[in-house]
Amino acid sequence: MATVVIPTPLRKFTNQTAKLQISANTVGEVIDSLTRDFPDLKKHLLDEQGKVRSFINIFAGDEDIRDLQQEKTVVDEATIVSIVPAIAGGIQFKSSHHGN
Amino acid sequence: MISFKTIPRSQMLEHAQRIFPDECCGFLFGTEQSDGTREVEKILEVDNSKSGDKRRRFEISPQNYLHAEKYAIEHDLLLLGIYHSHPGHPAIPSEHDRVAAQPYFSYIIVSVMQGKINHIRSWRLGEDSRFEEEKLTPIHFHQSIE
Repeated sequence: MATVVIPTPLRKFTNQTAKLQISANTVGEVIDSLTRDFPDLKKHLLDEQGKVRSFINIFAGDEDIRDLQQEKTVVDEATIVSIVPAIAGGIQFKSSHHGN
Repeated sequence: MISFKTIPRSQMLEHAQRIFPDECCGFLFGTEQSDGTREVEKILEVDNSKSGDKRRRFEISPQNYLHAEKYAIEHDLLLLGIYHSHPGHPAIPSEHDRVAAQPYFSYIIVSVMQGKINHIRSWRLGEDSRFEEEKLTPIHFHQSIE
C-alpha cells in the first residue's frame, strides 16, 4: 500500500482526485494500478515503450526513483509517491501552434 | 479565457523585465469558474534552474514544483499554470515548450524586447498535444476601477 499524489494537471484523468491509496509493493506496481484504473492517464505518464515519460518525474518520498531502483523501488504504507511533471521550455525559432 | 488581477500581473511583468535577457519563470495560482474562465490571483516567482543558457531555456526543479502544489492547497487556490518569458522573441510557444507541456495548465508567455514588455499571450495544450491560444484579458477591469 502506498499513497499516490496526483499533480493538478493530471487530476482531470483521476476524477479530480488528488490523493489515492494503492495496494502495491513497488513503484512499478503503483503505476500499473493507476493506469489500469484510469486509462486516460496512461499516455501522460508512459511513453510508447511503457516507460515513464522523460518529462514526468516520480518521487518516492523526497527522492526521484531514477536515483533509487527506478520502477522496482519498494513502497510501503508510509510511502508517498508523487508524480511531478517536469516544467521546462524555451525559445526556438520553429513553432508548433495552431493559427497565427 | 484567463485574466489577471492587477498585482500578480504587475509582479509577473516586473519579473520578466528584471531577469532580462534571461528567461524568467514562475507559477500561476487562482480560480476557475464552471465555464472554464480563469483568474490569476497570485504568482510565485521561481529560479530558472536550467544550467547553461538561461537566455534560451528555462527549467523548474521538481522541488519547486512540489512546493507550488503545496502552496496552492495552503492558499485554497488552484495551480493554474506556468509563466515564462521569451527574451528577444515573440510570445509564441516553441517545440521545447510543447514537448514538456502538461494538459490543463495555462502557459503564459511574456515577450520581452530590448528589456521592455512587448506582448503577453496564453496557450493551452489541446487534445492533439498541440498548443492552442487561450484568450487573455490583460487587465482585470474591476481591479483597475477600484
